[in-house]
Amino acid sequence: MHSEQSFILNNVWLIPAIPFLSFLTLGLLIRNFPKKLQDQLSGIVATLAVFSAAVLAYWLAWEYFHLFPAGVAKQALVPWSFEWLRYQENLAVNVGVLVDPISVLLMVVVTTVSSLVHLYSTGYMHGDPGYARYFTWLNLFTFSMLGLVVSPNILQMYVCWELVGASSFLLIGFYFEKPSAVSASKKAFIVTRFADLGFLLGVILLGYYGYNLFASVAPSLHASGLTNVQPFDFAFLTNPEVMNQFMGMSDTFMGMGVLTLSMVLIFMGAAGKSAMFPLHIWLPDAMEGPTPVSALIHAATMVVAGVYLVARMFPVFAASADALLVVMYVGAFTALFAAVIGCTQDDIKRVLAFSTLSQLGYMMFALGVSSMDHPLGYTASMFHLFTHAFFKALLFLGAGALIHAVHSNSIWDMGGLAKKMPVTHATVLIATLAIAGIYPLAGFFSKDEILVAALESGHTGVFAIGLLVAGITAFYMFRIYFVAFWGKPSHHSEHAHEAPISMLIPLIVLAIFTIGAGFVPMADLVSIGHSAGGHHGINWAVAGPSLFVAAAGISFAWFMYVAGGKQRSAALAGALGGVYTTIKQKFYFDEIYLFITKKIVFRFIATPIAWFDRNVVDGGVNLSGWLTRASGAALNSTQTGQVQTYGAWFVGGAVTVTLVLWIFFL
Amino acid sequence: MGLVSWLIILPFLTAMAVLMVPAKNWKAIRWISLTGTGMHLMLTAFTTMKFWALASQDIPAMKTATMTKLYFVERVTWFQTLGIDYFVGLDGISMSMVILTSIIIFAGTLASWNVEERTKEFFVLLLTLVTGVFGVFMSFDLFLFFMFYEVAVLPMYLLIGIWGTGPKEYAAMKLTLMLMVGSALILVGMLAVYHASGLHTFDLIRLATVNYPASLQTWVFPMFFLGFGVLGALYPFHTWSPDGHASAPTAVSMLHAGVLMKLGGYGALRIAVYLLPEGAKEWGLFFMGLTTINIVYGSFGAIMQKDLKYFTAYSSVSHCGFVLFGVAAMNLMGFKGAIIQMFSHGIMTGLFFALIGMVYGRTHTRIIPDMGGLAKVMPWLAVCFYVGGMASLGLPGFAGFVAESHVFMGGFFGNNFMNPVAMKTLTIIATVSIVVTAVYVLRGLATVFQGPITNHHFHELTDATLTEKLSTGLLVATLAVVGFMPWYFIDLIEASIFPFVNRLQASGTMVAFH
Repeated sequence: MHSEQSFILNNVWLIPAIPFLSFLTLGLLIRNFPKKLQDQLSGIVATLAVFSAAVLAYWLAWEYFHLFPAGVAKQALVPWSFEWLRYQENLAVNVGVLVDPISVLLMVVVTTVSSLVHLYSTGYMHGDPGYARYFTWLNLFTFSMLGLVVSPNILQMYVCWELVGASSFLLIGFYFEKPSAVSASKKAFIVTRFADLGFLLGVILLGYYGYNLFASVAPSLHASGLTNVQPFDFAFLTNPEVMNQFMGMSDTFMGMGVLTLSMVLIFMGAAGKSAMFPLHIWLPDAMEGPTPVSALIHAATMVVAGVYLVARMFPVFAASADALLVVMYVGAFTALFAAVIGCTQDDIKRVLAFSTLSQLGYMMFALGVSSMDHPLGYTASMFHLFTHAFFKALLFLGAGALIHAVHSNSIWDMGGLAKKMPVTHATVLIATLAIAGIYPLAGFFSKDEILVAALESGHTGVFAIGLLVAGITAFYMFRIYFVAFWGKPSHHSEHAHEAPISMLIPLIVLAIFTIGAGFVPMADLVSIGHSAGGHHGINWAVAGPSLFVAAAGISFAWFMYVAGGKQRSAALAGALGGVYTTIKQKFYFDEIYLFITKKIVFRFIATPIAWFDRNVVDGGVNLSGWLTRASGAALNSTQTGQVQTYGAWFVGGAVTVTLVLWIFFL
Repeated sequence: MGLVSWLIILPFLTAMAVLMVPAKNWKAIRWISLTGTGMHLMLTAFTTMKFWALASQDIPAMKTATMTKLYFVERVTWFQTLGIDYFVGLDGISMSMVILTSIIIFAGTLASWNVEERTKEFFVLLLTLVTGVFGVFMSFDLFLFFMFYEVAVLPMYLLIGIWGTGPKEYAAMKLTLMLMVGSALILVGMLAVYHASGLHTFDLIRLATVNYPASLQTWVFPMFFLGFGVLGALYPFHTWSPDGHASAPTAVSMLHAGVLMKLGGYGALRIAVYLLPEGAKEWGLFFMGLTTINIVYGSFGAIMQKDLKYFTAYSSVSHCGFVLFGVAAMNLMGFKGAIIQMFSHGIMTGLFFALIGMVYGRTHTRIIPDMGGLAKVMPWLAVCFYVGGMASLGLPGFAGFVAESHVFMGGFFGNNFMNPVAMKTLTIIATVSIVVTAVYVLRGLATVFQGPITNHHFHELTDATLTEKLSTGLLVATLAVVGFMPWYFIDLIEASIFPFVNRLQASGTMVAFH
C-alpha cells in the first residue's frame, strides 16, 4: 500500500468524526447556553465543522486520485477499522472507513452540498425558535451520511442507513407543531422502515450464507492478501470466489436462488431509501421539512443512498442477472411515473421532489443496464449522482429563496420574480437548463452517458423511456421556471426581494459546480470490472435526439405557460379530464396505502388483537380466578359444622372407595 | 463479607436505616434512600471494573468450557442436612443484571422524589424488593435463589395495592397470583431436580454435573420455563403485566418492568437451560413459537392502546418476547442477544415508566388522545421519550439494536438440533415487529408530543426538574453507551455464555437436521 506517506489517507475517519463531534458539542454543551449565545454559536460551529470536513474530503480526493491515476486499477483501501460488534467467532462487524472511488466521490458530494446548505441555512433559518436544534440535527445527519458512505461492511451500512433515516425523520418533522409535518415525518420513517425490513433480512441472509462459506474460502482470501476479513465485509461479499460459491448453492426460496433473493431483499431497502416505485410515497410529503433540508437530504444525499448501495454491491448484483433486471425495471418505471406526476403539481417543492424521484430512477436503471463487462452504466450512474446532487441542491435552494421571498410554495403565487431576484433567477435558470440536459451543463453529460449505456446494453425499451423522460423533464422544469419567473406577479410576489448574501453565496457556488461538473472525466475516476474505462466523449447519435426532445419539452412549456397563459393549461387539463385528475392525485397511491394501514391493518389486525387479549386471553385468567372462587363457594356449603353431615360424607366416601377398588381390582 | 454480599445487603441496610427515621421526616428518608442506592451504584461500578478485567481475559479459555466460571464467590454452609448453602458469586450474566438493577433503582429513587404518601413504608418495601432481586442474580444455590425470588415478588403486592392507581387491588391480586402459580411450577421443578440428582445439594453448579434422564428433562424443563415465563411475560401468561404496570406507581413500574421481568428470562437461561439441556433441545422450538407470538402479537396489541402505560406494557410484552425468543433459539447469538435485550429493555422500559410518571404528574392524564403538543412545553421529557422510542424500535446507536440483531441472527442461524426451516420461518415472522414497533412508537409519541398544544392548560406546564433530569439522563446515557460501544458489554458477558452453548452441544445425542 502506498498510503503510508499521506496524512489524510491514514486519517479518513476524521471526515465523519468532525461533524459527529460538532453534533455532540451542540447537543450536549451549547444547548445549555443562554438562548442568544446558543443561536450565535450553533450556526457557526456546525457550519465550520462541515466546512472542515469538506476541506479534508477534497484533500482526500486529490491524494487518492493521484495515487491511482487514470488507467491504474484503483484499490479499495481500509486504512482504519476496529472490531465493533462480535456476534460470534468469524462473524464480527469491523467498523471502519473504506476508501475507493465511489466513497471518495460521495464524500466530496456530501460534504460540499452539506457545507453549502449549512451556510445557506444560517440565513434561511435566521430567527427560527429551533435554530440551534436545527443545526444539531443537520450535523447528526451529515455524520450519519458520511458514516454510511465510508462503510466497509454491510452492517455498518445498515447502522448508518437507519441513522440517516432517523435524522431525516427529525428534520422532516422539524416544525413539530405543524400536523402535516408530523405526519410526513412519520410516513417517511415508517415507509423506509418497511423497506429496511427487506434490507435487514438481506443482511441476515448474506451473513448466514457468508458465514457458512467462510471457513472454506478464508484460506484463499488470506492468501490473496485479504486478512482480517469478515463475512459482512464488502471485500468478502464482492469477492469473485465467494460469489461463485454463492451461485453454486442449491438452496432456493420460491424459485429464487439464495443470491438473487438476498439481492432482491437488499434492493428493497435501497428502493425504500431512494423512493423507488412503489415505495416512493414518502418523498413528496418529506417536503414538509425546511427547504435546505429538502435540498440536502431529500435531493442530493440521503436519497441517493439506495443508488449507492446498489453500486457498492454491484458485483454481487451483476452476478445475479435477475436481481439486476429488477433494478432496471423499477428504476425505469419510476423515472417515467414520477416525471408524469411532476407535470401536474403546483407546489414548487413537490415538483422538485418528483423530479428527484425521476432522476433517481435514471441512476437506478443506469446500474441495471450495466454489467461487469460493460460498466458504462455504472460510471454513468455515479456521474449522474454527482451532477444531480449539485443542480438539484441548487434548484431546491433556489426554490427556498423564492419561498422565503413570497411566503408560499405554490408556483401560481410566484411570478414575475426574474427582475426582482436576479441572482436567484440566473442560478435557477442554470440548474433548470442542466436538469433539462442542455449542453454544456452538467446534466447533459451524465444523462447522455446513461442513455448511451442503455442503448448499448440492448435494452431499447429502457432507452426509449429514458429519452421520453428527458423530454418530459424539460417540460415540467420549464413549466415551473416560466410560471415563477416570467408569469404575472401575484399579490404574494409583488413585494418580493432578493435573498440575503448568506443564501446567495451557496447558490452561486452551486451554479459554478453545475456548469463545471460535467467536465469531470468521470470514466477515468470511477469504473468497475474488466473494462479499463477511458473517456467516451459525446455520442452525438444519442445526444442529438436527447437535445431535440429537451428543446421540444421547453418549447411546449413556453407554448403552454408563456404564450398561452393560464387558460391554455386549464383547457388542456379539462380536455384530459379524469386522466389529469388521476395524475394530479399521484395515481391515488397515498389513498391506497392509507386504506391498507388504517382500514385493514389497524381495523382487522391491531384492534382484534387488542380485543382478543383483553377479553379472551385475560378472560381466561379471570375465568380461572372465578372458577376458583366459585368452587370454593360451592365447597363452602359442605362445611356445615354438623357431625351428622360429616359422618354421612365419611360413610359415602368409604363406600365409594370400596366399590371402586372392588370393581377395578377384584 | 465480600463484594457480592455487600452488593446484596446494601439495599437492605438502607431499608433498615430508613426504618429508623420517623415517618414524618420524609425528606430525610428519600435522601437516605438516594445515598444508599447511590453508594450501591458506585459499588457496582467498582465491581464491574474489577470483573471486566478478569472476565474479558477469560474469553479464549472459556470458549470450550461446559461449566460456568464464577468470580468473587462466597460460600457458607446454611442447612447442612438439606444441602443448602449461602452460595453467592458473579458471572457475566449476573454482573450485567446487577448493573441494570443498580441503575434502575437509583433512577427509580430519583423518580420517586415526590412520593409523599407513606414515604417511609414505600422506600422500605422498594429497597427490600430490590434486595431480593440482587439476591436472585447473585445466588448459585437453588434454595437461596428461590428464597430471594419470593422476596422480590411479594412486596409488589403491597406496593401496587397501596400506592397504585386505578383498579389497584384487582391488579395487585392478579399479578401476585399469576406469579405465584409460576413460583409453584419452579418449586416443583427444583424439587424434582434435587431428588433426581441424588447429591443432596441445591448447589446449582454441582447439580449441573448430573446427566438427568431424558424422561425427567422432558417434563421438568417446561415447568421451569413456564414458571419463569410467567414472570417474563410469556404468551399467553402475560396479561398480569398490562394491568400490573398500569396500576403501579412510577418507581414500582420501573423496577417491575425494568428488572423483575428480567428474573424470568434470567431464570429460564440460568436454571432451565443450564440444568436441563436435553429438555431444552426438545422444547426449544415450541417456546420459540410461543415467543414469536409474544413479539408480533405484543407489537400489534400496542398500536391501539389509549393509555400510555398500557401502551408501554404491550411494548414490553413484545420486547420481553425477544428475551425468551433468544433463549429458545439455543445458540450463542440467541443467548447473548437475550441478555443484551434484558439489559436494554430494562433500561428502556425503566425510562419509559419514569417519563410516563413525570408526564402524568404534570398533565394528570395518561390517555394518549387527551395529550398533544407537549414537546413545546417539556422539551427535555420529549427528547428522552423519543430516545426511548427510538431505542425501542431498534435504532442502531442504542442498546436495542445490538440486542435485536443478535436475537434475529441467533434465530436465523439456528443450531444443529432444531429444525432449521422452522427456526428461519419464525425468525422472519418475528422481524415483522420492527416495522410494527415503528408504527406504534411514532404514532403514540407524535400524538403526545407533537402537533399544536391541544389543551390550553398545558401551556402552564414546566419541563423536567433537576432530579428528573438526572434520573432520565442516566438512563438515556446508558442506552447510548451500550449502543455505541457494545464491545464492552459483550466482553463482559461473552465468557459466561459459552458454557451454556457448550453444554447443549455436549448433551445427549444430536439430532442431525443440518
